[in-house]
Amino acid sequence: MESRRKVYVEVNVTHMTDGSAHPNAIKFENAMTYNIDRVISRCRAASTKVGGTGIRYTVRICGKETFLFDEENGKWFVEAKTGQVPH
Amino acid sequence: MSRNILHCDMNNFYASVECMLTPSLREHPVAVCGNVEERHGIVLAKNYKAKAFDVKTGDAVWQAKQKCPDLIVVAPHYEEYIKYSKLARSIYERFTDRVEPYGMDECWLDITGTEKIHGSPDAVADIIRKTIKKELGLTVSVGVSFCKIFAKLGSDMKKPDAVTVIPKDSFRDIIWDLPASDMLGVGRSTYRKLSRYCIRTIGDLARTDPDLLRDRLGKNGTALWNFANGRDISPVIPSGFASPVKSIGHGITTVTDMQNNDQAWPVFLELTQDIGHRLRVHQMCAQSVAIHVRDSTLFSRQWQTGLDIPTQSPMVIAESAFRLFRQRYKWENSVRSVTVQAINLINQDTPRQINMFMDYEKLERTERLDMCIENIRTRFGNDSIKNGILCPDIGMPPKRAQITMPTGMIG
Repeated sequence: MESRRKVYVEVNVTHMTDGSAHPNAIKFENAMTYNIDRVISRCRAASTKVGGTGIRYTVRICGKETFLFDEENGKWFVEAKTGQVPH
Repeated sequence: MSRNILHCDMNNFYASVECMLTPSLREHPVAVCGNVEERHGIVLAKNYKAKAFDVKTGDAVWQAKQKCPDLIVVAPHYEEYIKYSKLARSIYERFTDRVEPYGMDECWLDITGTEKIHGSPDAVADIIRKTIKKELGLTVSVGVSFCKIFAKLGSDMKKPDAVTVIPKDSFRDIIWDLPASDMLGVGRSTYRKLSRYCIRTIGDLARTDPDLLRDRLGKNGTALWNFANGRDISPVIPSGFASPVKSIGHGITTVTDMQNNDQAWPVFLELTQDIGHRLRVHQMCAQSVAIHVRDSTLFSRQWQTGLDIPTQSPMVIAESAFRLFRQRYKWENSVRSVTVQAINLINQDTPRQINMFMDYEKLERTERLDMCIENIRTRFGNDSIKNGILCPDIGMPPKRAQITMPTGMIG
């Protein structure tokens, strides 16, 4: 299985009037900002790959689906591929 | 009407949370252990890989390492355990408001009457098991039965990540052959007493004359006979129910053993600071104080004494407790741990009978001072003001999250 690591990211989020949150973009550790094309689904889940739990957003970034976790303590993380620096 | 009770037990809770948060631990034997320097160096929880090496809860760290040299020892993270315990409870509360916690990792759920909303009890148990796994990354064993005792027994029968059903019409076939010690309420001492009468299984217990059990074990004997025969009618207490406070205590194992009264006094004073605060929170006054002392040979003694007047004052409680300690403890060995308890609690508004020979004005002054200290602590934090004698290091271990451990459900 592909090895992953937990990377905390900065997130640009819109908080809706109904209390829900809509992530718009993430800033990865290499300071690159990636726009979220679409939020596909949202559920409460655990990360089986890197550990931790929270509200899991399945998002599409640059045409690829990935998970973005809101730990509900102000911190968000992604399951980044080990050794791969996004370009 | 028959009830539908679930008992959910999170498997190897502390160790599972650690392995979930750090997935690289999963492939190794892991034990969550207390701090050796603080003299809490025992195994608190272990994963299944460590269990295969016969590592047991309560083993000293060196013992566990001897059994399993590759054991990974991790420190406990109580804040995380509390967080995941609350999240699990919030999942249970999606199905019923009658959720009774039993420690951090176990809960009883009464789902009677919810069949038309959520489905059959075993289906609900399975949904809970899957939801906990998906949302929290933890596994849970669920026992399904018609009473709390058998539901708990069920959750212990298949582990991990499993559902066990003990139906009313066939419980005798399923559990009567199990050892009596598997049943809640039969501890080591009770099991020893039962063994003397050749009562070894739950079935033996159920078939014994209840009068004999009452003679030998008191009301606990009658309760056990009822449990074994499936006649446990104890209700699942709804969420939010707080049982009345009967005593307020605080104990500590100091970092190094106490050798004399001069070293013991600050410890008594420090312990009663928290007791005084909690008495105020619960709006109670103590009429008596109890102390529990454990010496360096792990031998324990307990004493109690009445107070001159019901009080919340940490200083008054500390002085009484310490006076009792000085009178009773002979210093044959050094002292390892001390617990002070405020007991015989009454409401703080209950009128107090003043003793003719006591200095009431002095008491009032002490209580005003305590109230002032309490106010300062509320505004600026617990460490903002303290007695001068408590400023140097008195060998207390660092503060950590407060955890309420389960108490017996019988009686």
